[in-house]
Amino acid sequence: MDKLIDLNNITKVYQVGTVEVPALRGITLSIEFNEYLSIMGPSGSGKSTLMNILGCLDTPSEGTYLFKNREIGGLDDNALADIRNREIGFVFQTFNLLPRATALHNVELPLIYNGTPAKERRQSAREALESVGLADRAHHRPNELSGGQRQRVAIARALVNQPSVILADEPTGNLDSKTGEEIMQIFERIHQSGNTIILVTHEEYIAQHTQRSIRLLDGKVATDEFRRDRQLTEDASQESPSPAS
Amino acid sequence: MNPREIIESVRIAMGALRTHKVRAALTTLGILIGVTTVIGLVSLVQGLNQSFTGQVASLGSNVLYVEKFPWFAGEDWYKYRNRKNITRQQAGRLDGMLTTAAAVAPVTYTRRMIKFGDARAEAILIRGTTAEYQDVADVSAAQGRFFSSVDNHRHNQVCILGQAVVEAVFKDVDPLYQRVFIGPFRFLVVGIKEKKGNLLGFNQDEDVIIPIRTFEKLYGSYRSLDIMVEASDPQALEETKEEVRWAMRIIRRNLPGEPDDFSINQQDMLTDMYQKVTGTIYLVMIGIGTVSLLVGGIGIMNIMLVSVTERTREIGIRKALGARRRNILWQFLVEAVTLSCVGGLIGILIGFGLGKLVAAVSPLPASVSLWSVVLGLGFSSAVGIFFGLYPAAKAARLNPIEALHYE
Repeated sequence: MDKLIDLNNITKVYQVGTVEVPALRGITLSIEFNEYLSIMGPSGSGKSTLMNILGCLDTPSEGTYLFKNREIGGLDDNALADIRNREIGFVFQTFNLLPRATALHNVELPLIYNGTPAKERRQSAREALESVGLADRAHHRPNELSGGQRQRVAIARALVNQPSVILADEPTGNLDSKTGEEIMQIFERIHQSGNTIILVTHEEYIAQHTQRSIRLLDGKVATDEFRRDRQLTEDASQESPSPAS
Repeated sequence: MNPREIIESVRIAMGALRTHKVRAALTTLGILIGVTTVIGLVSLVQGLNQSFTGQVASLGSNVLYVEKFPWFAGEDWYKYRNRKNITRQQAGRLDGMLTTAAAVAPVTYTRRMIKFGDARAEAILIRGTTAEYQDVADVSAAQGRFFSSVDNHRHNQVCILGQAVVEAVFKDVDPLYQRVFIGPFRFLVVGIKEKKGNLLGFNQDEDVIIPIRTFEKLYGSYRSLDIMVEASDPQALEETKEEVRWAMRIIRRNLPGEPDDFSINQQDMLTDMYQKVTGTIYLVMIGIGTVSLLVGGIGIMNIMLVSVTERTREIGIRKALGARRRNILWQFLVEAVTLSCVGGLIGILIGFGLGKLVAAVSPLPASVSLWSVVLGLGFSSAVGIFFGLYPAAKAARLNPIEALHYE
């Protein structure tokens, strides 16, 4: 079966004035459909850079990035924007909602950029909000919502275009532990429905929710382990999944 | 760029305006003033145009005025001082020579006092002319009759009074067949001229018309006459003009190669002069308008730059969600154009309002016209596009990763 993401010797070097800063030094890994994995590492390890490249916000300096068997490295800005729109769903630590727009409008945003007609757009956005339990808050603005609710809107927005992968950068970083746990439950549900989720975090207990953890150190993959109790093998995919701990 | 996105952008723009009302108001002030000025002045000038054209029309678009001086001699008047007078005999010969004229009438003027009983009217315009004056000047007797060519031949002392003269001197008495004194001379009133009203501020009913032979007998024939010629075919006025010129040159013995020693004036000279004057007004207006629009445009560029900086994060979010450069560019461009058009629209409304106000409290007329609205909106949009382009391009070029991290 085709892999969703295939990275081969990805290198990223930043030019800061006259100095060259290597952020990634040869990352090779692959991610299959319906995986639920976390990327961890101390600051400076390159995990943000890796996420930017995975999310097609940035292109690697060297190496190949195959997304659904398509080479991302050589694509122009417009093509990258299209991929971000259709294939990637971002969830940020600081939610990143448009402050002056309603929840519904925020969720509609990706659909506006791929030209979806208004009626369809509104319908899909409502359904996405329903799936995160916020159908009744559709016309509230972010400043009328709690942190947890805002993140849920962001998740609905990430899902609305039915992307191939959800990229979440410290999604619970700005939330208290109870709300954070609620969010992780939602991610679990999303994963069960067949989505692929990549979580970037530095919290061990958040990473515990995921099946696989890739640890970066100084721009390289230090470890890449599957959690035994969460491993999704070919046999296990037929059985009902073990309940989340 | 699909229409959906344009509508979306306009919605966002209006939302941004509503959120920062004061800022938006100050920004559009420049455009507003520019458009108001232009629209206000345009409606005034348009009104003047209509009024002027209407009045000038009564001069007759098919009438030529053969005179010693051209109407707009201006600084060159001294050139014409030495020209010989135009005489009644020349007018008679002209009448005989022309084939494309419907009527020819010599006219001369002076001012005298009119007396009836105890009533007096001073310095009334006395016109001496022939019976054909009725045709060339489109004048008729509302009561009684005009004098005839017989009256003229016999240099009878008969007169036709204008309405204003009647009102000044006759009060309740019926003026017809009364005798009045024009200067020391007694005249019989045979007719009252129909009311004509004002022509460019000049009251056309304050005159008295007498036969020209009578005029010359009583007041002398040293004045130069004007000869009014009515063309048979109004469409062929230029041909009649050429015929008149040819005839007058013969009559006055202008040698070939010499310029005319007379002038042929016509109504559209007035129109031309008027248009020259209003042309200047238009130029001044355009100058003021352009400067204001420039100022307004710079204001818009400024505000858009601030807006882009404030919304750096937002731009990053949009790009992360799939907005292309083109989308961001359009979004901010539409915002700039919306801003400037709102200013332009308000300016148009105020401009018209001011024009109407001036028209209501002063004798100046004002009129609304569609093309000035189109012009106002057009210029506003152009300013919006031109000055909004740089900030919009800046926004489009933002790096999404950096933008997302902007504080």
